[in-house]
Amino acid sequence: MSTAAEARSYRLRWRHLDKSLFVWVLLIGVLLVLVINPLARLLWASFQDGETGALTLGNYAVAYGRWRYLEALGNSLVLGVAVAALCTVFGVPMAWAVSRTDMPGKGLVWAAILGTFIMPSYLGAVAWILLAGPNAGWLNRAWMALTGTAAGPLDVYTMSGLVLIVACYSFPYMFVFTRSALDLISSEMEEAAATLGAGVVRTTLRVTLPLTLPAILGAFIVEFLEAIALFGAPALIALPGRFQVMTTMLWQFFEFPPKVEVAAAYAMPLLVITVVLFWLQRRIIARKGFVALTGKGGERRPLRLGAWRWPMLGYCLFVTSLSFFLPMLVVLHAAFAKAWGRGVALDNVTLHNLKFVLFDQSTTQAATIHTFVYGGTSAAFALGLALAIAYIVHRRLVPFGGTLSYIAMAPFVIPGIVLAIGFYAAYTTRPLVLYGTAWILILAFTTRFLPIAYANSDAAIRSVNPELEDAVRILGGSRRLAMRRVLAPLLKRGLAGAFILVFIPATRELSSAIFLYTTGTQVLSVLLFDKSDEGNFEILSSIGLILVVITVVLVMLGFRLVGRDFMLKRTTA
Amino acid sequence: MTRLTLRDLTCRFGTFTAVDGVNLALEQGEFVSLLGPSGCGKTTTLRMIAGLLDPTEGTIEMDGQLISSPASALPPEKRNMSMIFQSYAIWPNMTVAQNVGFGLEVRRLPRREIDAKVRQILDVVRMAHLRDRYPAELSGGQQQRVALARAIVVQPAVLLLDEPLSNLDANLREEMRYEIRRLHDEFHITTVYVTHDQAEAMVTSDRIAVMNQGRIEQVDEPRALYARPRTRFVAGFIGRTNFLDGEVRGEEVVFDHFSIKLSRFADPATLCGRVSFSLRPQSIHLHRQPAAASGDTCVIAGHVVQRAYLGEHWDYAVRPRESALQLRVTARPHEVFAVDEPVWLELDPRQMAHIV
Repeated sequence: MSTAAEARSYRLRWRHLDKSLFVWVLLIGVLLVLVINPLARLLWASFQDGETGALTLGNYAVAYGRWRYLEALGNSLVLGVAVAALCTVFGVPMAWAVSRTDMPGKGLVWAAILGTFIMPSYLGAVAWILLAGPNAGWLNRAWMALTGTAAGPLDVYTMSGLVLIVACYSFPYMFVFTRSALDLISSEMEEAAATLGAGVVRTTLRVTLPLTLPAILGAFIVEFLEAIALFGAPALIALPGRFQVMTTMLWQFFEFPPKVEVAAAYAMPLLVITVVLFWLQRRIIARKGFVALTGKGGERRPLRLGAWRWPMLGYCLFVTSLSFFLPMLVVLHAAFAKAWGRGVALDNVTLHNLKFVLFDQSTTQAATIHTFVYGGTSAAFALGLALAIAYIVHRRLVPFGGTLSYIAMAPFVIPGIVLAIGFYAAYTTRPLVLYGTAWILILAFTTRFLPIAYANSDAAIRSVNPELEDAVRILGGSRRLAMRRVLAPLLKRGLAGAFILVFIPATRELSSAIFLYTTGTQVLSVLLFDKSDEGNFEILSSIGLILVVITVVLVMLGFRLVGRDFMLKRTTA
Repeated sequence: MTRLTLRDLTCRFGTFTAVDGVNLALEQGEFVSLLGPSGCGKTTTLRMIAGLLDPTEGTIEMDGQLISSPASALPPEKRNMSMIFQSYAIWPNMTVAQNVGFGLEVRRLPRREIDAKVRQILDVVRMAHLRDRYPAELSGGQQQRVALARAIVVQPAVLLLDEPLSNLDANLREEMRYEIRRLHDEFHITTVYVTHDQAEAMVTSDRIAVMNQGRIEQVDEPRALYARPRTRFVAGFIGRTNFLDGEVRGEEVVFDHFSIKLSRFADPATLCGRVSFSLRPQSIHLHRQPAAASGDTCVIAGHVVQRAYLGEHWDYAVRPRESALQLRVTARPHEVFAVDEPVWLELDPRQMAHIV
């Protein structure tokens, strides 16, 4: 081909080229910075000598060379299994009662579970210290007053205390998973068993529960992973109780001078376990043959419990008392008390704590503002990025779209604490130094909640028929115009809900923030954890209360925009 | 003048070949249908013409200019076409008038002119009274009219329609067929129409391209397509038909237990060896007596195997004597024969279309 013809062919190609391609390439770059780089650096750091930078296996030798470190690993596994088991005991009967029976007071149970969701687990831990702290805790004092003994029976600073607390704040997942599976089983399946002579108990045990088993197993795995990745509650309970789990151990590796390389090596099993178990969970959920998860439910009639209605309600209220009613009560009391130990009395009530947190102290005031700004910014980033990726994947604008969506969902299987170590490893050194700025927190939050944003964006984009955009283009409008005039107006509502779904966890995130904050960039969750050393539970409760109020406002906003199932629906898995 | 030319157009998805070497040329102002069963590649072809999909091989030219090739393709927004989608793709966030005016807005026409043109086209499709409604408040047929108005108002170089009537109920579908043809007669826009419904294609089109497994089997005017199908697929897909397989032996074509003189056929020179014919059910006539065979027709003895009365006509299955063949025959309502009754079949060999 002659040069002139070649030039013409290039000009033709340039005229034919869709110029928006460059934007998509840029987005892929951002994804690399947010997801791939921290993970790669985490892996790299685990094989790197802290001082010389040479390749070594020494970090792994240190991380697993001590009995103390291994014991923490074992403790985490025990915690995970025990929590998941307890969650099953809590969540499955409640889900069955709410979904399938004529139990009274379903609305109340529902509200209490939503309340449980709204309480951050570290605030739950604070509440349980108030409830079951040795001797001084409310429950212990009540016991002593009733029996006249000198000591209370409960000690929250133990493994069983920790299991109870963590289970209280993660059983809602079990509830939601099981319930959505139950909701899909048509009553006709149960009636088929009934016509063959099976009673309520036999039908439930032989038909209903087996059909929901994949969902329950899947939730069991999620609960386990949630428990072993949790930092806040274990740090508040285990450290004073003088035992360690993996996450608290990781935190100790970061005590001055931080041993990032050892922490990276120590975090690897957590990462590997999480990835493998999530893969397993997907397999279980996706298994064919269980109509429960494939068919749309037919007509559904609640099972009649008869006299058993009241004990069932009693059980639901017992569980939600442990998770929501009692903790909320003591937190409220402490937040408005001069001294929580003095009990309920009019002269003990004060607004001083809240005023102190919100207005008097500059660090707490700044932390409140940071919480909003970081949460809002990262939610906006995550959503914008997720939306763009979902778009280019669904419209097949670039090759390897599937890989892109994998990367966007990948943070879902990275425990927050591991992600934070990755960010620390990647962005404390040049070329990109973010540590010490607010950006590292914002970007870490963005990455951490990118999967929530992606799952929602993906569903939103899926709901828009691509022909609506094709119609714009064939009439002479560019892709940008199609987005602005058609896609954006159609997605507005759904995306507002997604924004809130990211905003809520971002305002309460502790496990990644605790590794990445510096003195100028504290958020409320970090502040609450910091202040726990001082033992000033009135202030802790006030901070917690503010977080709860923020969440409640956001949830209510979400209800208005999206509807009742907004938070308790399954957006992932 | 040729408006649109498809040359060896091919599209593969992985190992699956959706469109396989399609060649087609449309004159300016011509209405051509792509007709075929689902999965035959007709919609893929249309999307390549629109620029929504790039060809794996082959090219598309518009007015002599290359617009699609494997190396590069002009984006859809620069093709000056418009398209009507199976889902109509009416934007739910805009009113009828906003939907229709959108293409004019993109072309930066002054507001006054847009309003005038929108009003005019809404009159043409009889939707003027609904101009401020939102699509959710319209029936399927009304949405269809909005889609038509929106596509036509910009006076595109080529109009593409992707099964536009498949979501309508039967009565409305019939009405809209004529509507589409009426609009074409009014505006003379070069049109490519994708459908799997032969009646739709026959009502609307100047020419029909019958597609099967990614290839065009035959392109012809509707009448020629029905009377002279060239392949077994086309004969079977357009209307109902009988297939007769025979063999040329000397001066005769021998079928199953009957034979017809070679010279009686329309184009005897082209027949040799094993041959197949398509014969429409209404081209066979039944008689009680052996009708005097005229110079053109021939008569075969047989008997009725099955019959059904369908109101507008009778549907008979007739077996020629000793033959395994069953021929379907359409007869007028007063031509009543009983099952097992011996009959004489009169058929005109010149109406037997030689197929491959």
